Amino acid sequence: MSGLRVLAAMSGGVDSATAAARAVDAGHEVTGVHLALSSNPSSYRTGARGCCTLEDARDARRAADVIGIPFYVWDMAERFHRDVVEDFVAEYAAGRTPNPCLRCNEKIKFAAVLDRARALGFDAVCTGHYAQISDGILRRAVDAGKDQSYVLAVLTSDQLGHAMFPLGDTPKIQVRAEAARRGLAVADKPDSHDVCFIADGDTKGFLARRLGQAPGQIVDETGAVLGEHDGAYAFTVGQRKGLRVGTPAADGRPRYVLDIEPVTRTVTVGSAEGLDIGEIIAARPVWTGGGPPAEPVDCLVQLRAHGGAHPCTTWLDGEAVRIRLHRPARGVAKGQAAVLYAGDVVLGSATITGTSAITPLARVP
Amino acid sequence: MTANPTSPVYLDHAATTPMRPAAIAAMTEELARLGNPSSLHAAGRRARRVVEESREQLAEVFGARPSEIVFTSGGTEADNLAVKGLYWARREGSRRRVLTTSVEHHAVLDSVRWLEEAQGADAVWLGVDLAGLVRPEVLRAAICAAPEQVAVVSVMWANNEVGTVNPVRELAAVAHEYGVPFHTDAVQAAAQLPVDFTASGADALTVTGHKLGGPVGVGALILGRGVAPVPVLHGGGQERDIRSGTLDTPAIRAFAVAASECARCRVDEAARLAELRDDLIHQVLAAVPDAVLNGPPPGPDRLPGNAHFSFPGCEGDALLMLLDANGIACSTGSACTAGVAEPSHVLLAMGADHSRARGSLRFSLGHTSTKRDVDALALVIGEAADRARRAAAR
Repeated sequence: MSGLRVLAAMSGGVDSATAAARAVDAGHEVTGVHLALSSNPSSYRTGARGCCTLEDARDARRAADVIGIPFYVWDMAERFHRDVVEDFVAEYAAGRTPNPCLRCNEKIKFAAVLDRARALGFDAVCTGHYAQISDGILRRAVDAGKDQSYVLAVLTSDQLGHAMFPLGDTPKIQVRAEAARRGLAVADKPDSHDVCFIADGDTKGFLARRLGQAPGQIVDETGAVLGEHDGAYAFTVGQRKGLRVGTPAADGRPRYVLDIEPVTRTVTVGSAEGLDIGEIIAARPVWTGGGPPAEPVDCLVQLRAHGGAHPCTTWLDGEAVRIRLHRPARGVAKGQAAVLYAGDVVLGSATITGTSAITPLARVP
Repeated sequence: MTANPTSPVYLDHAATTPMRPAAIAAMTEELARLGNPSSLHAAGRRARRVVEESREQLAEVFGARPSEIVFTSGGTEADNLAVKGLYWARREGSRRRVLTTSVEHHAVLDSVRWLEEAQGADAVWLGVDLAGLVRPEVLRAAICAAPEQVAVVSVMWANNEVGTVNPVRELAAVAHEYGVPFHTDAVQAAAQLPVDFTASGADALTVTGHKLGGPVGVGALILGRGVAPVPVLHGGGQERDIRSGTLDTPAIRAFAVAASECARCRVDEAARLAELRDDLIHQVLAAVPDAVLNGPPPGPDRLPGNAHFSFPGCEGDALLMLLDANGIACSTGSACTAGVAEPSHVLLAMGADHSRARGSLRFSLGHTSTKRDVDALALVIGEAADRARRAAAR
């Protein structure tokens, strides 16, 4: 396909710049847009985080100059704040662990931006994500280390139909080399990490400023109180460090966060075995790899960004999805996405709402 | 829609206007010549002569004495010098009030805000009417509240966004009744209206080169002979010790050449632009019937080259992008941070709500504008507004 009117979202990084250049090479009419996501951007990058500063906007503009495409800045700060930042805070407050990149793709890049682009006459939105689309189906990127299909799996077929990921077939190292060859100054810019709207990387501090002190108890699996905390939002299921539990466990083994109960703000800790999850229930499924399964299907599930793929059996349970893991997995947090794969093909995704240990929640129908 | 980059349509002369060929020639010639106008030797004297001849030309164009022209790097610097310099010169005891309007260019607006935040000034923001006009009685009432405490008054001659022309002579007269110095930013007025410093009664007046066909980077503060602002830039003592810095001979010469040429054809040009502008307004309103013309109706209260609309239900930056894709250059006429459009402070001051302020575009005509430009806009504005409206409705 060529000759489409393509809106290239340009963060100021090497990936989105190279993606935009490739879209031009493919014969599309490309316009570059930098999304301003902060209403009060700082001037310079601090550390490796990058996409929200005036310097990043300038990098994006210079890349567009080199590629030779028109360039604009779109103010998405209000939408981003409401749909991503506030959602992030609310999810933590509810004892869940959100993925803001996934939410940004779902609500901003392939919703607010795509809708606006289509209304303005564009056919597609192009980004520097590492993933592939073939025949409307989302697949993992060739570069397994960079694969971002997990944070894109929330997109619907309609959204995927208007998305373009030109980098999915190329290893990152080659993308950098290509960017250098194209004369893009961002070729050796460091990768962005962590949460883009938390400039100093201190998620706990950010949440504490937003949510204030919300003290609660830290208990073990028997309910015995081991200590106090200033806010349950500072904990994630599977977390080991920073529990500040005074008395060592009876068996002397390390303890992990097993559960967060938001109403009573109780954090339950216990041994590693307590993290073992055998079955997952997940809500709001999106099926892009051939529709919802008519009967239980054996496939793979990924339970967090950069996590492994676990063999499982999955089936529909009313509006929800049940996922039976063939071998227990650890560190499964509510609020994260469960993304189902057949090989490298994304079948669909859903948001984890509940987990259980070994005992099945229900029989496979 | 088809992009047509081969024949761009430039409707943003209020941002900057093409340099006049005579100015380019004069500047190019001068760039190849040697001499610091402050040097005492022959090369210096030659450069000095060019500067002084240019000063005389500009004085004639703007109805001032040559000694009243203080060269600056442009409008922003001249505004800063006038507002800060006159405040500092007159600040004494409780004399700390600075009177200005809520529709000024940011060069004045932010200077006054800074004086308020950092220099103990007491800013008084004069309101405007629905057309953006400052009424002399509004100024009088504001001064009357405490006349002896007013340090300086600054009111723009013509507004850069909506083209409103203020009654500068009457406003200056009101300030003078109370012995208060009056500054006016005439950057937008200078290319299209007869700007006569002496007749205006102003004590300080800002002009700049690139809005009338000269180069960017040169301007002047026209200062009455008895008016002595405290300098912002200190150094070699050039320009009456008010503005230090080596004089930019090539730019100053080109500024003078452009201003003289502009003045020679101003009357005919103003009439020509007003007619084109009226055609533009007519055609835009025909294509987008619910568009609203902001600012005063066409006539003596409006710059002849200015047309400014709100397009209900649209976002200005989406419209701008669609027009740009069709080779048409215009402006949302608003301040930018990383290119992010803020709703226009001018429209907000005129009583517009945020959505009307966001959905606005300025089309400004100048010396190279033709009917072809207006017709090209008329051809695409209807569809662009439809699309922008659909995009905003999402």
